[in-house]
Amino acid sequence: MATLETSSSSTLKLPDALPLDSGQTLENVEIAYETYGEMAADKSNIVLIFHALTMDQYVASPHPITGKPGWWSESVGPGKTIDTDRFHVICANVIGGCMGSTGPSSLDGEGQPYAMRFPVITIRDMVRAQVALLDHLGIGTLHAVIGGSMGGMLALSLAANYPERAARVIGIATTARHSAQNIAFHEVGRQAIMADPNWRKGEYYADGISPDAGLAVARMAAHITYLSEAGLTEKFGRRLQDRKAISFGFDADFQIESYLRHQGISFTSRFDANSYLYITRAMDYFDLAEEHGGRLADAFAGASARFCLISFDTDWLYPTAETRNVVHALNAAAAPVSFVELSAPYGHDSFLLDVPALDSVIKGFLE
Amino acid sequence: MNALPANLRSDLAAIVQHVPRGARVLDIGCGDGTLMAALRDKRGVDARGMEISPEKVQLCVAKGLSAIQGDANRDLEYYPDGSFDVAILSQTLQTAEHPDKMLDELLRIGRDAFVSFPNFAYWRMRFSLLVHGRMPITRHLPVSWYETENIHQLTIADFYALLDYKGVKIERSWFFTHDREIGPTYANWRAEYAVFQLSR
Repeated sequence: MATLETSSSSTLKLPDALPLDSGQTLENVEIAYETYGEMAADKSNIVLIFHALTMDQYVASPHPITGKPGWWSESVGPGKTIDTDRFHVICANVIGGCMGSTGPSSLDGEGQPYAMRFPVITIRDMVRAQVALLDHLGIGTLHAVIGGSMGGMLALSLAANYPERAARVIGIATTARHSAQNIAFHEVGRQAIMADPNWRKGEYYADGISPDAGLAVARMAAHITYLSEAGLTEKFGRRLQDRKAISFGFDADFQIESYLRHQGISFTSRFDANSYLYITRAMDYFDLAEEHGGRLADAFAGASARFCLISFDTDWLYPTAETRNVVHALNAAAAPVSFVELSAPYGHDSFLLDVPALDSVIKGFLE
Repeated sequence: MNALPANLRSDLAAIVQHVPRGARVLDIGCGDGTLMAALRDKRGVDARGMEISPEKVQLCVAKGLSAIQGDANRDLEYYPDGSFDVAILSQTLQTAEHPDKMLDELLRIGRDAFVSFPNFAYWRMRFSLLVHGRMPITRHLPVSWYETENIHQLTIADFYALLDYKGVKIERSWFFTHDREIGPTYANWRAEYAVFQLSR
């Protein structure tokens, strides 16, 4: 029944240098993006999707490295929740990323990979780059911006800093600031990468021997935070991996160990370790209230969009309390806001999985 | 969209007809959004809802209404003073942990307020209690005492006393039995439920 998905891949080179929150500027910025569905003549049907930390622009088309379906292909497509028969969907790789947008693995003006000479960027810098993309495409006000996790941070940042650019803002399993716990887990990941002897202060591009072991450990630690204790227990429990008894050794005796090792190793084939450092740093620096004088409601003072915030009851990475902070700030700013905490067993990753209630809320809100 | 939905409960219909056109309205305990949808379609109001049940919030959002999942006992404090033209508490006052404080919050957030509640002094209630000596179960209050959400039952006379104590002004009032409006005479005997429009 599904027709051939009309997706197209493009890369835009920004005409001007991109100013950054650090005070630096980034020259020759490229932004790689995917589009789906027809753009209406009056450009009134555009939905911009912001991806999460380790995702990319391949929201509903096969990943060029892994060949797997797009990370949100269950919900984005013809006749689906975000209906590409109706909406023109755009998803761009964030700057700092490694799937075609300018990041630490890109070449600088001298023709050398930036590595750690890439400037430290922020969530707002990522948004600024994508607003430049919208400018280039001649898009004024989006029908909606949608993002989960880090994507939700970008959505909130866009609503706060470019309030005229979106009529609807959906933030799923997200937060307006990174907590000490969030920063702590990211720091574990970064230290794992930097402790890998192959990292070499980020200069590993020349010989292609990259810090895969460190990146895999970073991914393993992070992956635990994306799941729930109950979900892990249900899926793995204490079950053993391909053996009848424990081995009295340090192989992956348990299924959960085997699963995490697989997650870690497969991640290294599609993600750049330096990008992981830069993007996690941007997330750690994110504090929308601090950007606006310390009061979150002031961040949304000029907001004219309708907001929809969704959290999950088993998400302990960005728990419902963080979403409530955003909702209360939007209330105080008199912005029209909907909020619901959905029940789903999968922890933070619920936003990527099959939660029918999530689809019904998004679908209703997009009307 | 000018006719009221045929199945709209009488107390909600009374509220819809007296909310000013285009007002900013907060519906506390908005349920599945029936009242908000009627207010939007009939009076063109900018309606926002608060509801404790996530399933009902989903129904609101699916209808294109703005609703947040929240507990009116705790979450009203996040709304600034006078942030709404009208605040509505429909069949919710008797479920509040502190109805007197919720009334204060209502009149702090909204310039005007509508409150509706079941009248525990309705004659069938009194009769049931008198004859059977047990907490009444009626069409309007259909749940046993041990599972009811209505933890602070009140009568119309009780409500007058509270308004008097708080110095709250009554703008209008309506009384209903069998989903039909009745006059104010002996309302505390005759009315199954009541609607008040209040101001400070």
